[in-house]
Amino acid sequence: MTRPVGVDDLLGAPIEVHPNGNSAVATAPVRSDESLSHVVLSGDVTRAGPISPPRRTRDFGAQGVALLAASALSAFAVVWVLFYQLTLLSGALGFLICWYACFLAVFWVVTVQVVDRSAATDRVATTLVASCAALVIGVLLYIVIWVVLKGVAHFSPGFLWRTLADYQPAEGTALFGKVGVGQAIVGTLEEVGLAALMAVPLAFLTAIFLNEVGGWGVRFVRTIVTAMSGVPSVVAGVFIYALFIVPHVLGYSGFAAAIALFVLMLPSVTRTSEEVLRVVPGGLREASLALGASEWRTVRQVVLPTARSGLITAVVLGVAIAAGETAPLIFTAFGNNDMNVNAFHGPQGALPLVLYQNIFQAQTVVVQLAFTAAFVLLMIVLILFVLARLLGRRSTRKGGLRKLAKAPFNWAKGLVS
Amino acid sequence: MSTDTLAPPSVGRDAPQPIAVPNDRSREDKIFRAVARTAGFVVFGILFLIGFFLLYRGFPALRDMGFRYFTTSGYGTIHKPYHFGALAQMYGTVVIAVIAVILGVPIAIGTALFLTEYAPIKTRSALIAMVDLGAAIPSIIFGLWALHELQPQITGTTSWMVRHLSFIPIFQASSPPFNGSFFIAGLVVGLMIVPIVASVSREVFSLAPPGEREGAYALGATKSQMIRNVILPFGRGGIIGASMLGLGRALGETIAVSVILGLDYQISPHILEHGGTSVASFIATEFGAGGSVGTSDLLMLGFVLFTFTLIVNLVASMVVNRSRSGKGVDL
Repeated sequence: MTRPVGVDDLLGAPIEVHPNGNSAVATAPVRSDESLSHVVLSGDVTRAGPISPPRRTRDFGAQGVALLAASALSAFAVVWVLFYQLTLLSGALGFLICWYACFLAVFWVVTVQVVDRSAATDRVATTLVASCAALVIGVLLYIVIWVVLKGVAHFSPGFLWRTLADYQPAEGTALFGKVGVGQAIVGTLEEVGLAALMAVPLAFLTAIFLNEVGGWGVRFVRTIVTAMSGVPSVVAGVFIYALFIVPHVLGYSGFAAAIALFVLMLPSVTRTSEEVLRVVPGGLREASLALGASEWRTVRQVVLPTARSGLITAVVLGVAIAAGETAPLIFTAFGNNDMNVNAFHGPQGALPLVLYQNIFQAQTVVVQLAFTAAFVLLMIVLILFVLARLLGRRSTRKGGLRKLAKAPFNWAKGLVS
Repeated sequence: MSTDTLAPPSVGRDAPQPIAVPNDRSREDKIFRAVARTAGFVVFGILFLIGFFLLYRGFPALRDMGFRYFTTSGYGTIHKPYHFGALAQMYGTVVIAVIAVILGVPIAIGTALFLTEYAPIKTRSALIAMVDLGAAIPSIIFGLWALHELQPQITGTTSWMVRHLSFIPIFQASSPPFNGSFFIAGLVVGLMIVPIVASVSREVFSLAPPGEREGAYALGATKSQMIRNVILPFGRGGIIGASMLGLGRALGETIAVSVILGLDYQISPHILEHGGTSVASFIATEFGAGGSVGTSDLLMLGFVLFTFTLIVNLVASMVVNRSRSGKGVDL
């Protein structure tokens, strides 16, 4: 029988410092086919050998940086020789991909040599995960900056209110002094505004049903809302086309577009505002009910005012996404180069449609027009997105609930719990 | 005596009767609950209407072609005998979505792991905001970028792949040009589904039980070992669900695909070749071109796409919801 091991034994054990002070588990003679946990659970701690000093897993140090840089450099050299000298790779992108793969391999081998195997795997995994995030954020920033740089060249404030009414591509870049996307901005604002007017009350009521009323039907409706949020935007467009425009109930108009956008906004705003309501503390509801208030009064005077900032954020976020939808507008608003302020009659322009109708053209000046319109559209979406985040932050500063502000952005929580 | 609440309960006829607390809701509340519940079912009604009207208006196309609708490709809707169908479109949709998921999901999971496990706490919310922003960037902007910036950059790489990797059957290609291929469309769509897959995965990973996480560290695991042995196994169901949610989005992506792909009904396993189409992009591009039969063809295609995505999304949300990442297993 083994003697129970006490703390004294552990403290008295000779401590052997690894040359790097950086060994992964223990410098002990634990056989590789035997997990450390097995040794610990069997109670025979002494067999695990001397205890190494605690390793800070995030320690990277100058050595780590040097390894990283050296591996990157050597991989660059190897790939350069292999691809440019032997196989003639064209395009910088393929070179970057091969360089990266080669870099990971070199980095792993070198770290195994210098530190040890588990540290090498850990560092390669860290590099891999970090580069995924860097790639995603990098590409998104690249898109935003690219659109801004391309679009800002021909942008002038007048572009925001002039229309495309007398638009002659033959004029070349002189065109930009005469045309603008005013009619499309007006169209987008009206269409999205009408859509929000219809979607927001229904979405709030549904969210209140899901979170405040509860009971019969909640699971079913929540499933339906989730399923509906996956309906492709083009389907919403052809649906409105089949429902209203084929039987001539409505013509092509901003209002038809607004109904299509309503179909798309409804599930997303419902989901984000349900997430907001879930964050409102139950204690507030109970206090109100305990004072004798009815459920309706509790929702109206306690829950909704508490959730106000979060709900506004949810709406702004929904509007930002709806403003950029293109596919449903093709079948409903149809697009218009002239100003049409009446959303209920006649085809109406929209910013995404200006883009869609111009990016395929061969003439450079037309594509430049599309870039400038893209810049305006992206700015509108970005401003709304930033606004949504700032609205939350302001309420936080006033001492509101921190979680409320972020709730609409954490809509995925509703899926997993 | 009856006012002294501390007195021992008396027995017999004098015993205080329990006060009846009114259990009924007031009329106000009944109306409130009914209205809210109705709103919930209106959402269901709208979803039902979408399916019903697309099928109703699209049915003439199915009647004209019969079952051949699903085995024919083309858009011959003007003159009889009609020759149109959904085969090439459905094939393209699935191929693009699969490419998008293969390329997008690993990157999204890596991003989600970085955001939940590695990112420094100070910069975390800013990084999350940037990834979320990707979901708000309009798809037409992705399309514009893909057409004018990504595609010219990447055709060099794809032609290199054709030259040197053509021993893999799907990388074969008969001839240039290499633009407008399933691969490029799938790449763009893959990028577009990253934010949503990352969002769901992030929630799933953050639910991994802290006890087991600490336990892994206590046993001397490195961070990557902890992720492999705790976070990923607990989040497996959620990752599958998130990928399917991404698949649903990829199936329905319209504008970015229609910008890249042209209009031909090629059904080819060679993903680097020019050509092919998808249901959503076909609907958007051919709108208004095929007469009344063409219109019902497009609406029928809309119904097919609607059914596809609805099934994928329902299964996805069930999988995500069921996984719950070992909630309640916390030690």
